[in-house]
Amino acid sequence: MTGATTSPGRLIVGRETRPKLPPYLKLRHDAGRGRWVLLAPERVLTPDQTAVAVLQLCDGTRTVEEISAKLAEEYSAPVDVITADVLDLLQGLADKGYVKA
Amino acid sequence: MTEELQPNEHCQTVSVDDEPTAGVVGGEDMTAELCARAPIGMLAELTHRCPLQCGYCSNPIELERVNNELTTEEWVSVMRQAGEMGILQVHLSGGEPTARKDLEDIISAASEAGLYSNLITAAVTLKRDRLEDLVKRGLDHVQISFQDVDAENAERIGAYPGATQKKLDVARWVVDMGLPLTVNAPIHRQNIHNVGRYIDLAVELGAQRLEIAHVQYYGWAFLNRAALIPTYEQTVQSIDLVENARERLKGVLTIDMVVPDYYAKRPKPCMGGWGKGFMNITPAGKVLPCHAAESIPSLAFDNVRDRKLLDIWMNSDAFNAFRGTEWMKEPCRSCAFKEIDFGGCRCQAMAMTADPRNTDPACALSPYHGEMVALAKAEAAKPATEFVYRNPRNVTAAMKTAQEPLVPAE
Repeated sequence: MTGATTSPGRLIVGRETRPKLPPYLKLRHDAGRGRWVLLAPERVLTPDQTAVAVLQLCDGTRTVEEISAKLAEEYSAPVDVITADVLDLLQGLADKGYVKA
Repeated sequence: MTEELQPNEHCQTVSVDDEPTAGVVGGEDMTAELCARAPIGMLAELTHRCPLQCGYCSNPIELERVNNELTTEEWVSVMRQAGEMGILQVHLSGGEPTARKDLEDIISAASEAGLYSNLITAAVTLKRDRLEDLVKRGLDHVQISFQDVDAENAERIGAYPGATQKKLDVARWVVDMGLPLTVNAPIHRQNIHNVGRYIDLAVELGAQRLEIAHVQYYGWAFLNRAALIPTYEQTVQSIDLVENARERLKGVLTIDMVVPDYYAKRPKPCMGGWGKGFMNITPAGKVLPCHAAESIPSLAFDNVRDRKLLDIWMNSDAFNAFRGTEWMKEPCRSCAFKEIDFGGCRCQAMAMTADPRNTDPACALSPYHGEMVALAKAEAAKPATEFVYRNPRNVTAAMKTAQEPLVPAE
């Protein structure tokens, strides 16, 4: 059902999208708790290892396809599986306003 | 401090922390175990001075005097200690935080300590060059309150002529400077008809986030409740409106909603649990488990002038008073939800039942619940009373207003 809704201004993440983090989102290592955190207005998110690996590659120049290929190589995983996972992760974050293009 | 609606499987939202923090060492028992999690958020009430006089303010009636406020050095030390103990976000609030001439130094200290800084401002006295400087010093996010979308009504509620245009100007500067903007909408019976237009305003301004904050009845708001509380029907309509807008504006605007719990069946998990994820510093340096905690007369609060922040968090009587579930009475003690809502809000239990260990009367299981709902509905059905404006002149009169506790069901 949610797939049917498109609001004007909503970013639909595709293979050609060049995702980046908006400047107000801070990916920071939380040394005290031995993990990464994403800090946003009134939010603290704890991305897992996969999400951190993806977000660190979201620099606004690489496409989703390139990010997925790089991760597939690094983790010796099938690129299709990785791409689907990356798209899902980034769309979820875009819908919360945490990923832009 | 709201929960995300749907956490992604790779990215969880935390409002209260479950991860023990290095250097914050717990012990054998349950309470010590809880302490081992440093809070993730800290509300720093820099001053109680404010150019606005809103009757819905949740500050305590007894406002702190300027000459009791912490010094620059003391706030700088608080920020440093907060960063060291693992706090991640600081909310700079008040009163009006920009009334502090040393806000620049405090924000620099927060930024150096690695804290994500949120400025919660009325914005009526903030100049563009000052905002630019604050951003350079590392300010991360600005939240601006709008008393209504209609200027005339907004300026009556806040008792500040010309406020709306100033707020709009600052909101646009924030967006221009690339900072995320939150529009804060304090909702009550005198502006609840404009929830839809608040949503439009937030989109038009390019805000990243809108807070539809139904007034919570503490401090001045408790005193002014009959001027503020909406009807049950109005409340439900406003919630529906927000839920529809959330779907429509997905990826464009994040809408957080604080609902008025007088009409709820389950109490809010206040502060995500007492002494579990959050601490509050008053203008005079008292450290509170929540910003209304001073309304509980049996508690004594430690001060950052006397003790280290971490020591207060872990060992102070006030933080340990309602930590965990051991303090609970029935019906909380044997309740399946006790680890979920922690019996609701201690301050509301105090205000309405005169015993902070009672179940929050917002809970349908509280013997006071029926009385509370009846009281809310009766007040909302009558014409709104005149505001008692929040200002130092009204403090003395307001302190004398006795509020009788509710009578429980037989």
